Amino acid sequence: MTLSSEILDPTWTAFLYLVAAVCFILALKGLSSPKHARRGNLLGALGAFVALVTVFLSSRLENIPWILAAMVLGAALAAPVARRVRMTQMPQLVAVFNGVGGGAAALVALLELPHAEDGWLRVAIVFTLLVGAISFAGSGVTFAKLQELMTTRPVVFAGLPVLMGAVLVGAVGAAAAVVVTGSTGLAVAVLAVGLIAGLLLVLPVGGADVPIVISLLNAFTGLAVAASGLVLGNVLLVVAGTLVGASGTILTRLMAAAMGRSVAGVMFGAFRGGSTAGSTAVSERPVRSSSPEDVAVLLGYAQRVIIVPGYGLAVAQGQHAAAELAQTLESRGVDVEFAIHPVAGRMPGHMNVLLAEANVPYESLMEMSEVNGDFKQADVALVVGANDVVNPAAKTTPGSPIYGMPILEAGDARQVVFLKRSMRPGFAGIENELLYQPQTTLLFGDAKESLTRVLSAVKSL
Amino acid sequence: MGGVELLTITVLAVFVGFEVVSKVSSILHTPLMSGANAIHGIILVGAITVAGQATDGWVLAVALLAVVLATANLVGGFVVTDRMLEMFRGRATPGQGGAKGEAK
Repeated sequence: MTLSSEILDPTWTAFLYLVAAVCFILALKGLSSPKHARRGNLLGALGAFVALVTVFLSSRLENIPWILAAMVLGAALAAPVARRVRMTQMPQLVAVFNGVGGGAAALVALLELPHAEDGWLRVAIVFTLLVGAISFAGSGVTFAKLQELMTTRPVVFAGLPVLMGAVLVGAVGAAAAVVVTGSTGLAVAVLAVGLIAGLLLVLPVGGADVPIVISLLNAFTGLAVAASGLVLGNVLLVVAGTLVGASGTILTRLMAAAMGRSVAGVMFGAFRGGSTAGSTAVSERPVRSSSPEDVAVLLGYAQRVIIVPGYGLAVAQGQHAAAELAQTLESRGVDVEFAIHPVAGRMPGHMNVLLAEANVPYESLMEMSEVNGDFKQADVALVVGANDVVNPAAKTTPGSPIYGMPILEAGDARQVVFLKRSMRPGFAGIENELLYQPQTTLLFGDAKESLTRVLSAVKSL
Repeated sequence: MGGVELLTITVLAVFVGFEVVSKVSSILHTPLMSGANAIHGIILVGAITVAGQATDGWVLAVALLAVVLATANLVGGFVVTDRMLEMFRGRATPGQGGAKGEAK
């Protein structure tokens, strides 16, 4: 049955796709400030709606009841999860959505192959097949690592570099064959090789580097969508995919720079043996440990406190306690800010989302570049569940794995208080000299528990 | 549309993308990623086109799978981004700030 006919002529179709593309650009532009961001996102959703109406009205489509049913099913699967997911699990969800998008692009390309006579179109098709499949499988592994369905350590085995090389050669060979012959069977082979490549690419990446991989795979899916736009001759897909490709690329580079590493080093570092797995060695050197009451006195009578939250805070679900502590201190007249390292959390900007969920106003969330000069004027730097991001070895020890990584200058504050579970080093597995400095105090325990105890001690001051 | 025109648009879109995204506040990098994620869900348009032209049962089945995946990407992406952005509130909101803690 054919419900829709060509109600819209090509000019109107092109115009409406342009409207949708502009909506997408404005959606990204809205994110330049938290004030307009939500409106921007709604505008993006409106753009998507316009595009969907347009596709139904602009071409002669069969199978419309089936298509609508599939859309209802997809929405019914995704919307409840999106509405209920915990903010700490956001990286997993983004990985899943990213993967299914890449998978969809690859399937679309596969089905377009029989209609592609032109050699260049076939090049775009095999590109979409490969990159979409890599994104799908890679996102799957990322999800498994984040959800801790598998080990978060790098997975390497002896023949990995050889296998990877063989897969790459196989991919190029199969892709070339598809371009020449246009055979769908070979295209399925390209898809399979792409899936294997995605697995092999992400398995060797350590847990700490997952933020970089998520943004990289996001860029991959964007590029796959853009290429499928070239295949279908659809300008909107080209523009939308390219936008996402650009955003993913920028974020990947930002994240890598914030970790002081190169993107290639993250992806292939484990091949060379320099993995990011944390060491478990415990140092015997003396440190000054303290009680919640002492910390409360330090904080309660300070003028300016900067809180440095790390992933340990999120793991302990302590963001609400941290937010309440900040509010309590502010009501005592203490100036409180949160200093957020770009890689705090498990995806770019993750810590900001976690703190926003705990009702910390976004004006209190300071970027590294804004806040680093302020530590000198701070009475107390309270480091909660973070370690590497304040480790001076990044500046002073050229041989250190984190050398060159920009850090938060918590050591400049008059007093430094660490809330730590143990003396175990962080992800990078390096000793933190700051822990042994005379101005440093440690309070051992689970981040949430420690914060709650400090909080009640501050309240009873 | 011809290949050269599409290439022109692609190149211009690269510049727009870099320009717009480099201005995004680093506070909002997670919503940026999930928002960008939602935007590439627009591959749904392609999936619908392919499904609408399918005459063979197998082709239709695969195309419908693509429609399901793309819809999940698109809808889920926008919903979760909206949920996150809703949480970013300014200092102005009364009631939350300061009210809980009692000064000594």
